[in-house]
Amino acid sequence: MSRPSSPESSPLAVELQGVGREFGERPVLQGVTLQLAAGQTLAILGANGAGKTTLLRLVAGLIEPTWGRARVLGAKLPGERGRLRGRVGLVGHDPLLYRDLTARENLALQCRLHNLGPERVEELLGAVGASRFADRPIRELSRGMVQRVAVARALVASPPLLLLDEPQANLDPQARANLEPLVGRASGRTRLLTSHEPQAALREADLVLGLRAGRAAFLLPAESVGSRELEGLYR
Amino acid sequence: MSATLPRTERRAEVELRRRPTTLSAAATLLAVELKLEGRTYELLPGMALFVIGAFVVFHFALNRGALEGDLAAGVLAVALLLGALLAVNRLFVRELEQGGFEALLLAPVPPAALLLAKTAALFIYMCLLEAVGLPAYALLLLARSPLGVLGGVVAVLALANLGVAVLGGLIAALTIRARARELLAPLLYLPLLLPVLIGAASGLSPLFAVHAPSFGRWLAGEGGRWLTVLGLYDLVFGLIGSALFDFLLED
Repeated sequence: MSRPSSPESSPLAVELQGVGREFGERPVLQGVTLQLAAGQTLAILGANGAGKTTLLRLVAGLIEPTWGRARVLGAKLPGERGRLRGRVGLVGHDPLLYRDLTARENLALQCRLHNLGPERVEELLGAVGASRFADRPIRELSRGMVQRVAVARALVASPPLLLLDEPQANLDPQARANLEPLVGRASGRTRLLTSHEPQAALREADLVLGLRAGRAAFLLPAESVGSRELEGLYR
Repeated sequence: MSATLPRTERRAEVELRRRPTTLSAAATLLAVELKLEGRTYELLPGMALFVIGAFVVFHFALNRGALEGDLAAGVLAVALLLGALLAVNRLFVRELEQGGFEALLLAPVPPAALLLAKTAALFIYMCLLEAVGLPAYALLLLARSPLGVLGGVVAVLALANLGVAVLGGLIAALTIRARARELLAPLLYLPLLLPVLIGAASGLSPLFAVHAPSFGRWLAGEGGRWLTVLGLYDLVFGLIGSALFDFLLED
């Protein structure tokens, strides 16, 4: 029986070796290999359906890899995914919020599930600028407001790893500026982010993974990515 | 706006080391489930209308205004179990549609907490359903008032409700991601629920007879036997559910 690996045994936050995933018999991600050190940011670029969201869900431990080996924050996936719980923050297309609960109630639920006190709710509401609409049900909020609350939800446990699937979607410039210290480079967290704005993503990233039809087209330092690589992704 | 974050972020990391227990997480999720039902009324009104509608249908179909014994017990048990099916079909729909499953898988709580919360919620819904349905049943179909045998009726229905809830939670989790879950859930649920139906109907039958036994005599005879059957059923499916649920929820 193999011993569970400790988080301290690897300085890498994310290690993927030939990772892939199929749904039914359709492969949506194939042969992705990368290493990301703690504190670094990986931007994942690609056209619609390239496999970006699948890769994030796989790293979050929400889906199992069909092929390859994955280790995230020292936990081997899928076997040790229980150790990831509470240590990964995910901001995706779905806000993962109950629509009939208010923003405050949703965050209070998450805080209780993470064994955190109610004062954390107020801290997060203030941090994302959601205090003024905290008592309105999620279904009554605009998409930008919901996105702020979704970011707060992802940050409840102050996770060392953030997975951001188009985090700036629906946000106005002021909201983007407000969230920058929380989920931007200044947060100091390890981040995997997807974006349909390649230039903005390049400014945020240390490494860039280009995905084309589920396969890695390139994995390069951000400063090495030029227009030739980007055009190839969206052609 | 973010000036206080570094301090609070550190505190959050420290406090996270104390993970919530399955029971405390289940209590939290149950409170949310009941709050959401209290706001949306997605399940209970539909269940109550269905069960009362079934009593009316039986009233006309059997062409009898007063039922007793086996028939009275059977009609009540069948109507209640079919009413429960409405809740089973919708038990995890909110979590599926609003990302509750994924939010839970990202949180440091055992997935079994969600099954426990949903099972408890279904048990509470069944009790509330019976609080409305039993008086309606007595009014529409029963030959005599059940007040004199209420202790026995409550004991049988409580254990039957537990079986309905334990199996219902499991079946709901098993079928929630299936495309044809409205079809699949009854196909799995009803055959597996037969022991509960038999236990409930057989336990209630003497209580609804014209000359019902005293509670003590009923408990020492038929009642005790069927309460034991229902209790064993609840225990077995409770153990199966707790062993399987983590696998059902994950990918």
